[in-house]
Amino acid sequence: MTQLFHRSTNTLARVTLFGAVFLVAGIGWGVSALLTSPYASGVGVPVEQPVPFSHKHHVADVGLDCRYCHTSVERSSFAGIPPTKTCMNCHAQLFTDAPMLEPVRASYRTGKPIPWARVHTLADFVYFDHSIHVKQGIGCSTCHGRVDQMALIWRVNTLFMEWCLECHRHPERFVRPRSEVFNMAWEPPADQAVVGAKLVTEYKIQTQTSCSICHR
Amino acid sequence: MSNGSDTAHESLHPNRLGQWRSLDELAGTPEFEALLQREFPERAAEWLDPVGRRAFLQLMGASLALAGLTSCSSPPSHTIVPYAKAPEDLVPGKPLFYATAFAQGGIGTGLLVESHMGRPTKIEGNPQHPASLGATDAFAQASILSLYDPDRSQTVTNGGQITTWKAFVAALTSRLAGSSGAGLCILTETVTSPTLAWQIRQLMAKYPQATWVQYDAISRDAVRQGSRLAFGEVINTVYRVERAEVVVTLGAEFLAAGPGHVRYARDFFARRRVEAAPLNRLYAVDSTPTLTGAMADHRVTVRQQDMEAIAWAFAGALGVPEAAAISASMPQAAWVAAAARDLKAHQGASLVVPGDEQPPIVHALAHAINRALGNVGQTVIYTDPIEADPADQMASLTALVANMRAGQVQTLLILGSNPVYTAPADLRFAEALDKVPFRVHLSLEADETSARCQWHLPEAHYLEAWGDVRAYDGTTTIQQPLIAPLYDGHSAHELLAVLQGDGPQDGYDIMRAYWQTRLSGEFERAWRTALHDGVVGGTALPPKTPGWKPSFAPAAQPAQVFEIIFRPDPTIWDGRFANNGWLQELPKPLTKLTWDNAALFSPATAERLGLQNEDVIELALGGHSVQAPVWILPGHPPDSVTVHLGYGRTRAGRAGSGIGFNAYLLRKSTALWSAGGVEIKKTGRALQLASTQHHQTMQGRNPVRVGTVEELKKDPHVIAEMGEAPAKDETLYPPVTNEGYRWGMAIDLGACLGCGACVAACQAENNSPVVGKEQVLLGREMHWIRVDRYYAGGPDAPETLHQPLLCQQCENAPCEPVCPVGATVHSQEGLNDMVYNRCVGTRYCSNNCPYKVRHFNFLQYSSDQPTLRLLNNPNVTVRSRGVMEKCTYCVQRINAARIRSKEDGQPIKDGEVVTACQGACPSQAIAFGNLNDPVSKVSKWQASARNYGLLAELNTRPRTTYLARLRNPNPELEKA
Repeated sequence: MTQLFHRSTNTLARVTLFGAVFLVAGIGWGVSALLTSPYASGVGVPVEQPVPFSHKHHVADVGLDCRYCHTSVERSSFAGIPPTKTCMNCHAQLFTDAPMLEPVRASYRTGKPIPWARVHTLADFVYFDHSIHVKQGIGCSTCHGRVDQMALIWRVNTLFMEWCLECHRHPERFVRPRSEVFNMAWEPPADQAVVGAKLVTEYKIQTQTSCSICHR
Repeated sequence: MSNGSDTAHESLHPNRLGQWRSLDELAGTPEFEALLQREFPERAAEWLDPVGRRAFLQLMGASLALAGLTSCSSPPSHTIVPYAKAPEDLVPGKPLFYATAFAQGGIGTGLLVESHMGRPTKIEGNPQHPASLGATDAFAQASILSLYDPDRSQTVTNGGQITTWKAFVAALTSRLAGSSGAGLCILTETVTSPTLAWQIRQLMAKYPQATWVQYDAISRDAVRQGSRLAFGEVINTVYRVERAEVVVTLGAEFLAAGPGHVRYARDFFARRRVEAAPLNRLYAVDSTPTLTGAMADHRVTVRQQDMEAIAWAFAGALGVPEAAAISASMPQAAWVAAAARDLKAHQGASLVVPGDEQPPIVHALAHAINRALGNVGQTVIYTDPIEADPADQMASLTALVANMRAGQVQTLLILGSNPVYTAPADLRFAEALDKVPFRVHLSLEADETSARCQWHLPEAHYLEAWGDVRAYDGTTTIQQPLIAPLYDGHSAHELLAVLQGDGPQDGYDIMRAYWQTRLSGEFERAWRTALHDGVVGGTALPPKTPGWKPSFAPAAQPAQVFEIIFRPDPTIWDGRFANNGWLQELPKPLTKLTWDNAALFSPATAERLGLQNEDVIELALGGHSVQAPVWILPGHPPDSVTVHLGYGRTRAGRAGSGIGFNAYLLRKSTALWSAGGVEIKKTGRALQLASTQHHQTMQGRNPVRVGTVEELKKDPHVIAEMGEAPAKDETLYPPVTNEGYRWGMAIDLGACLGCGACVAACQAENNSPVVGKEQVLLGREMHWIRVDRYYAGGPDAPETLHQPLLCQQCENAPCEPVCPVGATVHSQEGLNDMVYNRCVGTRYCSNNCPYKVRHFNFLQYSSDQPTLRLLNNPNVTVRSRGVMEKCTYCVQRINAARIRSKEDGQPIKDGEVVTACQGACPSQAIAFGNLNDPVSKVSKWQASARNYGLLAELNTRPRTTYLARLRNPNPELEKA
């Protein structure tokens, strides 16, 4: 009986079997790269806004505190996006003719809100509360990055559950003194492991990893 | 069904405590045995769609690929829309609560309504309001769904054409210009609103010849007539139930319906706990099974026509002078005598309560008995009437119809009610209405009456409008709107202001104009205080001592006839909630029917007539007939049939039209609540009814344990010994300790009335969907808490037991180890968490749950309808198709309290976390809290001798436990 396949088929088969490993690994790597890429997570991608509001200018240059605009961050789950009125507190006097600010003035005139583009979006089944994080010594910059250095805002963290759990499992690595929560420039000290552990005890921080803490 | 006769009883096999859930179970039919063998009710777990295996796999493959692709997108873009100018006091993300009141039959119950960013989402009771004290009933809970009902009327129409409010105002004012009101009539429901009454009085001054007629289909005419028989005037009766040691009801449902029932339930059950010795004792005479009667220590059922004789017998036994000549000779004579002796032994601390639907003479006799017992001023307080005009409604409606027919009514304004549907059939209201040249109907829905009026005006829901209403004791609440009218609706106040012409036209201005001179102290401050508190201080009516002017005497008893009894539907009332899916799907407390009404018969009568459940019969009375399905209700009096009003609507909306039968067609203006001479004919057809009764049956395991006070005193372990002992706590796993908080719940079955307020509250709080009759028939209802109803004893006079069942939050939860994806796991505080985003819908957990409290989204039940989305609680995930769900102990409330406590640096106090079911419960039957705190209410309850765990022998270690029901029988009757 004659051979059905040419001898070279053996080589082809070996290459294919060997290659399959790389192919599967390659696909796996590709998917994971895609999922963690800025394209999928939005990390590092500045978000265009109806008014090109610069946090850099307002925080670093003017020196506004976070809470001047995000008023409910210490009281509510939602940090709060300022009403147009807050903008007009200053801009009724400053840059009153700037064409860039026309949408703000229009909103104030007509009472129609400005539709800001959301930067930090959580899935609908996740319930995050700003007030308790701020109270327990988690600074703004820990999650939102150096907002004072961003002209347009982008995400610095993926907001994946894995990322949340990093801190929920080891709060001592991220906690800072309550007095430093709104300090954009705060950096963990060299002995964060010691200081953090002390703060965790002092603030009675629990490692909350039950599902129903965030999902309900 | 063949269980009415004595011979059939011998073959019955109730469980060890003699409890059974349905007649099929009691009779042990083969069908029922087969049902028991199934884990789930028939077809509940089967794939019935006509999709073959190949098509299924193709779809699966395609959806998998597509689902994979969707994960490759960048995050969806959303906008955040802040205010242009933020309102005061509003913190985004925090709810605000506003006080208002819900009115039924014109009587108010105080509420606190939760509002998220301007959307009312949940109703709670107002702790400062005397009729609520923090609790509510199912109607109040579900009334918020009516606000967002997508079928609500949205535009003013004239002859079916869309027009404007302005056009209506122009038409009305030109019609009435210079008129003295001749031919003008205003038809309202019962008015207790001081402002509305004030407006009507002003109108009567402006149009002296105008008439005002009040009509409620569920009228309290008999109460008022009874009061006239006794006092010669209309008197309002307020009960002080907490002072009563012996209570006798004469066909009264006073704990579950009617004025002040939420308060009465709380006061009554406050005296049903071991801790509150001595217990009160309840005797009930029922003319159709009531929830109040189901709680009674002793109950007899009689036909409504016999109620008068029973009342006379009580009066005779208790020395009422008018009843001196009475000698009781009915079969219940011994029972009445024993109850009367008990009443007599508790003079001044007893109470006789007649039912609103009982004839006037029963009310008069109840007044006489309470007077003879010295209860007046103690357990019975008399005040002036709370109605603005306590007229005889049926008489004035009859007169109005005669005037309409005679062409004497030129302009008819119908405010709120739906008389074309609800008026007794013999009045032929619709026909007479057509003779009125100018007909206006203000209502929430474009209903049957709107269809026969030229003008239809959308009414503002009570959560959208200013108003005021009085409670059962006269306490007035100013109702404030939670949201601007969704559809440009107007209130009755605003419509009457148009008639008045000059003066304030806006609801807010009208309300302030009335109260301007009537609040004590500085007005602005008093006004804000009244709004904030939800009660206007000092408006409760003072007690009054009416003169005793009896004008009644024993009359010859009519011949015994087969009787039809009319009652408001337990969940959709007079039909106004027909389009409310929550109330349609809320199982009716005794029958456990949803989405339908039925003709209710006693087992013996059904057997005699050869009727079975779901047979369709024809009921004929006075030239009208309806076709109704049969439902056999144990404990129903013999030789009578009960029908519930409110169904068979033709223009209720998508949910409420065309279901059930219209019992109003059999109702006569002279016999509102019962009538003789009904003819019953079989049609040979059957109609499947969606009862939740057979679902998730527990076989012979004594789910509800019942003990008497004496038994418990003699042996504290008597309750524990009624079931198998819990399994020994031996485990290979490391012991679980919940440091900090260990949440638990205890439910006092002695205080559970079975009313369903908890079910409605849970549905509102947790965004539970409505699934519809077809899905209920498949056993797919989505209530996280259900109230199981068991019977004990014979089918003719059984004891009725209720048991709310929700996730037991087992410490050894059987659902957890079988989940392949870890979608249900324990939390650090001992909750059995359900993680929707992990759930892949295997349903193994539900299969392994011995309590059957898990519910699966077989289809996309949650609605995407824009207005209904406004109703959702933003703190609870809206579940989509394919995930399992169950009670979470309202974990969103626990989390909110935990965050609050950490921010305040104080531990969560006992009573700070109130679950939705607990908050709504009128009788305070639910305790919830931290089991690690030995002095918390729930810890104390769980330490009680009455405490037991359901199916604890399975070693599930349930966190939710039950307190056995307590009975306090009269030894004299117990022996017999």
